[in-house]
Amino acid sequence: MVSAVFHSPLASSESVAIKKEAPPAHSTRATGQNHAEGPASVRPEPVEGHAGTSTRPVRTDRAPGYDWRGLLMAVLPPLLGLGLLIGIWALVSISTASSIPSPWETWKQAVELFSDPFYRKGPNDQGVGWNVLMSLERVAVGFGLAAVVGIPAGFAIGRFEFLGRMFNPLISLLRPVSPLAWLPIGLLVFKGANPAAIWTIFICSIWPMVINTAVGVQRVPQDYMNVARVLNLSEWKIVTKILFPAVLPYMLTGVRLAVGTAWLVIVAAEMLTGGVGIGFWVWDEWNNLNVKNIIIAIFVIGIVGLVLEYALIKIATAFTFEEVKS
Amino acid sequence: MSSLKYIEIQNVAQTFKTKKGLFPALRDINLTVAKGEFVTLIGHSGCGKSTLLNLIAGLTMPSDGTLLCANREIAGPGPERAVVFQNHSLLPWLTCFENVYLGVERVFGAASKSTGAPSENKAQLIARTDAALAMVGLTAAAQKRPGEISGGMKQRVGIARALAMEPKVLLMDEPFGALDALTRAKLQDELLDIVARTKSTVVMVTHDVDEAVLLSDRIVMLTNGPAATIGEVLSVDLPRPRNRVALADSAQYLGYRKAVIDFLYTRQAHVEKLTA
Repeated sequence: MVSAVFHSPLASSESVAIKKEAPPAHSTRATGQNHAEGPASVRPEPVEGHAGTSTRPVRTDRAPGYDWRGLLMAVLPPLLGLGLLIGIWALVSISTASSIPSPWETWKQAVELFSDPFYRKGPNDQGVGWNVLMSLERVAVGFGLAAVVGIPAGFAIGRFEFLGRMFNPLISLLRPVSPLAWLPIGLLVFKGANPAAIWTIFICSIWPMVINTAVGVQRVPQDYMNVARVLNLSEWKIVTKILFPAVLPYMLTGVRLAVGTAWLVIVAAEMLTGGVGIGFWVWDEWNNLNVKNIIIAIFVIGIVGLVLEYALIKIATAFTFEEVKS
Repeated sequence: MSSLKYIEIQNVAQTFKTKKGLFPALRDINLTVAKGEFVTLIGHSGCGKSTLLNLIAGLTMPSDGTLLCANREIAGPGPERAVVFQNHSLLPWLTCFENVYLGVERVFGAASKSTGAPSENKAQLIARTDAALAMVGLTAAAQKRPGEISGGMKQRVGIARALAMEPKVLLMDEPFGALDALTRAKLQDELLDIVARTKSTVVMVTHDVDEAVLLSDRIVMLTNGPAATIGEVLSVDLPRPRNRVALADSAQYLGYRKAVIDFLYTRQAHVEKLTA
């Protein structure tokens, strides 16, 4: 009994180590050495139990074949988590006498909905695809404008102490304000629901980009700036060869936070402004008391947010250089 | 050797403003370095060796006194006084070639105002960069990024970057401090070789007695901070080229070594007690 309890974490940690160990054949030597430490650090543990030492060679033999254990660990827990969510949902659905629709009912509705996502029956009845695209367009425009303004502003604020001291109080004051509080101002100034929504996205996504870019510029190692001074580089070379690459990881973090916030805010903004959009769609379906569509919308919003986040993380890792700190 | 004054340091003092008030780091520094001379600055940690080197580099300005390089006041950093930093300070997003090229392009890519030399074309700049990397034996690693090469190789790229700019003075801030003993010895030998060929003027900060004696024409020994100053200057008259193995049991070498150790550990001992 004790050995069984002892085994399962060991087996899983070892299988992860084996999985990691496979690639070094075609990756660089440095990373190979790092991975090789994996099993070595696991090794001392099984000394306490004889079962551990005797079974390990068998597992190592299996390593060249397909790593089923690793696959299982990668797939099973997320599936269980998803199952838990659906289970709770089903229970809630039963206990509320189906005023919350069951997962199965919702699934059927979703299949029907996504069989024709791009239909148009008048301005207030359009396919879910159009709604998502309209929301994404607003986010893209508002976010794009915020990036165009925010990233250069962040560079300026980080680079020049005077500007930093000038704008830091303003940023501290305005940043905690809910972006939705800006919506009336947007409606007043732009005299239209759509530009007001874009304005709201602009306001909410500009702060993370300004702040992260500025912090990134301030954290550029002094060594690099000394190199720039000794080589007597021009301001243009300093920006392109030193500041920009050094700040890029920070900037991309800001971009990622900004996109996340923008996607959160667009739903609320569209609920208030109306028109076509995923937020408006949720509100419209609530007025129709079509709860199934609301639940579908929640999943759609979640999945789109997940995809945006994942894409930006991928971009960020591609542009982050090892050893930036040393 | 000291006939031609190249760097002149006159009555230099450096005081830093800290939260606890003024901190006098250096005082009454007077030193001249001749063209082609190899000078090392040695002293306990915190004695202001690097502060003095930064002053010569122009990275910081002295609170008092003047620093001259080739009869002109040092008003700021510049490529004629190239610095090899302790932690190599290569840009991690550029390849070794690009790191060296950055300096070469700046110095030779534009027409020189001081010497009137015309700007060089791209092929010439590339040739200079390749030559600098070849000099430190890194031709094969030219297209690698700093993250992909060893610490010793990175430091060699740093030296190549500095030398490729054909500086009047090469300033080195504990260039081999972060390396293991074997790599350090190898790079010291390479540096001796390169300096002999290029006839560079070098000012180097070190805390390694053997390194100082092996490389230097003169060893400048600093007293303990705060308010450190030059305690003693030792001329090392060992014939060049120097061979570390042959010198290992040379009485002359051991005598110089003893003199430096005596200064550091007998007359200027217990630096940690003062600061702690």
